Amino acid sequence: MLLAFPLVSRTRTERLVNLVICLLSTRRFLTAAQIAATVPGYEHDPEDPRDHEAFQRKFERDKAELRELGVPLETGLASAFDTEHGYRIAHREYALPDIPLEPDEAAAVGIAARLWQHAGLAAAASSGLAKLRAAGVEVDPQATLGMEPVMTVDPAFGPLTAAARARRAVTFTYRVPEVDEPSTRRLQPWGVVCWQGRWYVVGHDRDRGATRCFRLSRIVGSVRAVGSAGAFSPPENVDLISHVARWSGPVARNGRATVFVRPGRAAGLRRLAMETVPGPEGDRLTIPYSDVEWLASRLVGYGADVRADGPPELREVVIQQLKEVVARHERVVPTMLR
Amino acid sequence: MTPQPRTRENKASADRLGRLLNLVPYLLARPGVLVAEAAAVFGITERQLREDLELLWVCGLPGYGPGDLIDMALDGDRVTITYDAGIDRPLRLNPDEALALVVALRMLAETPGTGSRDAVERALAKIENAAGDVADTPVAVRLPADAERVDAIRGAVDRRHALRITYYTPARDETTERVVDPMRMLMVGPRAYLEAWCRRAEGTRLFRVDRIDAFTELDEPSLPPAQAVPHDVSDGVFHPSASLPLVTLRVGRGSRWITEYYPCEEVRRDGDEWIVTMRVTDLGWAQRLLLGLGPDVTVVGPVELVDQIREQAATALDQYTAPPPVTA
Repeated sequence: MLLAFPLVSRTRTERLVNLVICLLSTRRFLTAAQIAATVPGYEHDPEDPRDHEAFQRKFERDKAELRELGVPLETGLASAFDTEHGYRIAHREYALPDIPLEPDEAAAVGIAARLWQHAGLAAAASSGLAKLRAAGVEVDPQATLGMEPVMTVDPAFGPLTAAARARRAVTFTYRVPEVDEPSTRRLQPWGVVCWQGRWYVVGHDRDRGATRCFRLSRIVGSVRAVGSAGAFSPPENVDLISHVARWSGPVARNGRATVFVRPGRAAGLRRLAMETVPGPEGDRLTIPYSDVEWLASRLVGYGADVRADGPPELREVVIQQLKEVVARHERVVPTMLR
Repeated sequence: MTPQPRTRENKASADRLGRLLNLVPYLLARPGVLVAEAAAVFGITERQLREDLELLWVCGLPGYGPGDLIDMALDGDRVTITYDAGIDRPLRLNPDEALALVVALRMLAETPGTGSRDAVERALAKIENAAGDVADTPVAVRLPADAERVDAIRGAVDRRHALRITYYTPARDETTERVVDPMRMLMVGPRAYLEAWCRRAEGTRLFRVDRIDAFTELDEPSLPPAQAVPHDVSDGVFHPSASLPLVTLRVGRGSRWITEYYPCEEVRRDGDEWIVTMRVTDLGWAQRLLLGLGPDVTVVGPVELVDQIREQAATALDQYTAPPPVTA
């Protein structure tokens, strides 16, 4: 069969627009037969089984397309005497409610839609914005906020948010860097969290029987939804962020280290100093710290440009780390060359 | 029934249907709008828009007589809808559209230094309200807030003044003063950046706000030259180029995190350890980093770096043969 697509798609689009208008205008549920007798494009002979079947297929396809677009098709019986279901579209379900956005609010929405750029939900963001515009909102495409986040999401973002919304369980392969083999996890996802620029999913781990969070960047391959929708309920008023955020405020840097630094060296350490006393051979810095291992690592990184003078525990950790560095980096001389 | 497989033609037809259902209320809200302007908003050509109008013209209410069809006045370059046949509003936001807008607005609301957080929050509330149930978005956003410093710098950027900044560059471990012409501020992951033309380097640079140790707003205006082009940061900030030196590490389990933190060229399993190859901007930076990573990381190559690290550590150790100086 030869199909001339522009023509086909035009008559099809025309038929669908007419179908939407027809179903919006009716308060009674209209049966498929009534629709076929009304909307142009569905003409057929109901007595001819093949013709009738072709109509039914066409009508099914059209309903599916409207539903995919988000058109709320209602089904029901026109009256108690009817036996066949009919269709209609309730205007209040169909129509975007009025959104009285002030100019600065409209600008913010325009900027927000742009944040997706080419990532993740870019297409959804721009079609959402198109609907707001169609509702009469004026969006200034030039508006800026002075500071704009660059949104990036991992590929697992879409399927996980969809599953969390549908309350469907998911399964995925998860790779933790410190663990040898990726493992398969089964999760009831409660929601997705962006914490410090990274994405996590929080939910009930069905294998561990406990609440767990997973980093989206560590999910390998695709996320599969399993089982039926509405299969679980997240705890009431769950605070997703509290499950991810281990940060409980600024770290108290109560330790005071005395560090000797050669003149003009170790700029990165000087930035940390609360006090600097210059001397002929170098400067003495006082550096506040909370974790002695962390500070020792920083000092070791600066090699011979710095010397830890106190407290003694810092000195010991630095010496220990330096010894290990030397031992690990001894040049291995092949025995045959000796 | 199962959804139809989406062919290209199906997709084009669905896109067009969605557009047509938006087009009628869009035009209805803007009587006499320029055809060219409407086409630009919908991202189509003027010709396509005129074809859309022709199609709408033959659609309408059952009966399909003159008073039932969608009607419009086309006056040269302008169009006015005179009868909408009941498509007076756009469709509701679908769940993905609501998610996209709500998540992006939450991200904006959490971003330190946005000029009008208040407007963002008001917009968010209204969108959530209009979206109804579908705005019940299972996504939460929290970004770190070093808002004070960001706000201060953004003030100067808004006033379009050049800045003198004291900036720490870890690659060279140096703090330098430079005059920059600010272009914009942005947030990539958890970090805020100032993008500016650096007069010293004569190039566009991204300055991490937490490394701007001090700044002075100058009286002169910010005038980035024509060749100052913003970076494309949609893929992250650091793009290791093939000209940068490669270092090879042997990494134990405890330090395996560095492969998530720094971009790596290759990560290969070797017994209980991993052989990791990464590009570094500077060997001095690599030395400072790798020396301090602890006993789980051993540098394998290049040989110069291995020698340098061992000698640095040995020299540093010599300093500790004497007891620490007694300070007052």
